[in-house]
Amino acid sequence: MSDLFTVAIITATLASGIRLAVPFLLASLGEAVGQRAGVLNLGVEGVMLIGAYAAYYTSLESGSAAFGLLMGLVVGFAMGLVYAFITVVMHAEQGISGIGIYLFGLGFTDLLFQKQVGTPKKANKLEVKPPDWLVENTGRAGELLFSHTVLIYVAFLLVPIVYWLMTKTTFGLNVRAVGENPQAADTLGVSVNGVRTAAILFGNTMAGLAGAALALEIGFFQQNLTAGRGFIAIALVYFGAWRPVGVMSGALLFGIVSSTVVTLQVHGVISGSVSSIAHMAPAVLTVIVLVVVSRRIGQPAALTKPFTRDG
Amino acid sequence: MKPQLAFRLLFALLAVFALAAAGCGNDDDAPEAEPAAPFRVAVVAPSASNDLAFTQSMFDAVNVLVEDGQIDEFAITDGTFIVEDAGAAIRGYASEGYDLVIAHGSQYGGPLQEIAPDFPNTSFAWGTAVETFGLPNVYSYSVRSDLGGYVNGVVAAQLTDSGVIGVIGPLEVGDAKLYVDGFATGARTQNPDVDVNIVYTGSFSDVALAAEAAESHISAGADVLTGSAQMVVGATGVAQDNDVLWFGTQANQTALGEDIVVASQVYRWEVVLAQVVDQVKAGTLGGETFIMTFEGGGLDIQFNDAMSIPAAVLDSAQATIDGLSDGSISTGQ
Repeated sequence: MSDLFTVAIITATLASGIRLAVPFLLASLGEAVGQRAGVLNLGVEGVMLIGAYAAYYTSLESGSAAFGLLMGLVVGFAMGLVYAFITVVMHAEQGISGIGIYLFGLGFTDLLFQKQVGTPKKANKLEVKPPDWLVENTGRAGELLFSHTVLIYVAFLLVPIVYWLMTKTTFGLNVRAVGENPQAADTLGVSVNGVRTAAILFGNTMAGLAGAALALEIGFFQQNLTAGRGFIAIALVYFGAWRPVGVMSGALLFGIVSSTVVTLQVHGVISGSVSSIAHMAPAVLTVIVLVVVSRRIGQPAALTKPFTRDG
Repeated sequence: MKPQLAFRLLFALLAVFALAAAGCGNDDDAPEAEPAAPFRVAVVAPSASNDLAFTQSMFDAVNVLVEDGQIDEFAITDGTFIVEDAGAAIRGYASEGYDLVIAHGSQYGGPLQEIAPDFPNTSFAWGTAVETFGLPNVYSYSVRSDLGGYVNGVVAAQLTDSGVIGVIGPLEVGDAKLYVDGFATGARTQNPDVDVNIVYTGSFSDVALAAEAAESHISAGADVLTGSAQMVVGATGVAQDNDVLWFGTQANQTALGEDIVVASQVYRWEVVLAQVVDQVKAGTLGGETFIMTFEGGGLDIQFNDAMSIPAAVLDSAQATIDGLSDGSISTGQ
């Protein structure tokens, strides 16, 4: 047991937790912006799957993981156009539309994978990392902070960027306005549909990026690769009270608790049926925090409500 | 002659002529026996039919029987990891009149228990499981995956330099648990000093978490890894990146890494399926459980020919298989 609390093991566990947190973080940040604009997207999981497959297949065929990453972003954006058309233009019910997007993503990526790839093949991973000398000269801290691929730094860099976008820019002000009181925002000349469309495009592009990050981190695709991460990302938006730092805290908590459970098993601290229960720990923690947060902080007032000028 | 009498005579003559014609006919003129109806088999499985793991092992097995002519038609619905979807597919195939519907997933027991009584003339096979619910039209099948796991463990313990081996399982159930337990017992029997670290990810499909589990094992010093279920592709990628040896199960996983995969335990479901098909054709639709072992060829250990494995290690693997087959070695299960 005492062997468990060595710097090496703690560093490896935290580094693993950071890697596991990144898909949650990227998808949650995008969904948080969408929800602040009043649009709930339960299809995050489906868009992540499509982004993951696009990135994987492009990397497999072209040999370029960077090109794969770009394709993940592009298909995420394209799915955003689809979702904006469904919810903003057609005023469809957001919950049902999101489930439809999820089911489409699940089935479509499985079909494409079966037809285009078949047996699992390893694609090139995104291997762009900080220079080795940075890790070598900074000890364990360097291993924890500088041993990751570039996408992980991009994900965490997006936290202050989204914070700045939402709190310091006119766009952020408009997003919050249309999410709280779209009629008032419309009266003041804000294009509610335009702002919501932009927020949806951002959210879906981030979901595509999250899927691409997942696929390019492991170099493989498989049916249901995301394994529910898109739904957890939506829960983490509530967990983080629609704020970028809160969302990041939730993603890190989820990732680090998951990696800790794995580490405890590797070192024989928990085993057998206890490990199955332990794997529920991140979800249980999330539910507890959700209960606490939902009592203290209300969701955007116009969340899930389609906007029409006649009310 | 009255007209009525003439009609009777004419009818009698025609009848005699017809009987004579029939009597003079040879066998070629006899009506041909109706051709046997095609024997149709459907499979419902949780992952892709080319997953190099659980589903592919059954897909390959049914195709063996198709090539042998024992099965005439074969349909598969794969990727039904949602149990309700699987239930709909099982019911759909039964409604379409398939002779044998294979529910290839231990998680499908619930829906099968509800569906099978509605189709008493259809045979169902369910695995990996040892329960037929007392239904006369349900077979169950399972595999002693601990046997192949034990052999893999014996080989792994001889190839590790660090003395640390990592195991990645999905959930602690079914053939995955059997494999993991058998592997650990085999490795520890071969070398009591070896550390076998076991992680269950809690999911059959979480590829990313399996990859992180592999990273964690390697951080703890493991230079040999193994795992069960379709999520292991992520772990094999990590093993490749770190030049760590890999032992597979369920299907031959050499394609996942020709330079790291040492050996794979391969399920040969066709051995069980051939018996089930014979019995269904003979009119027995269920009520029996089949369990595959090395005896009869239901299990096979396939080594990667591209790897140079010491002859002594290969010999010890064969001796272990022989011992497990004749009962002189036990996995403890």
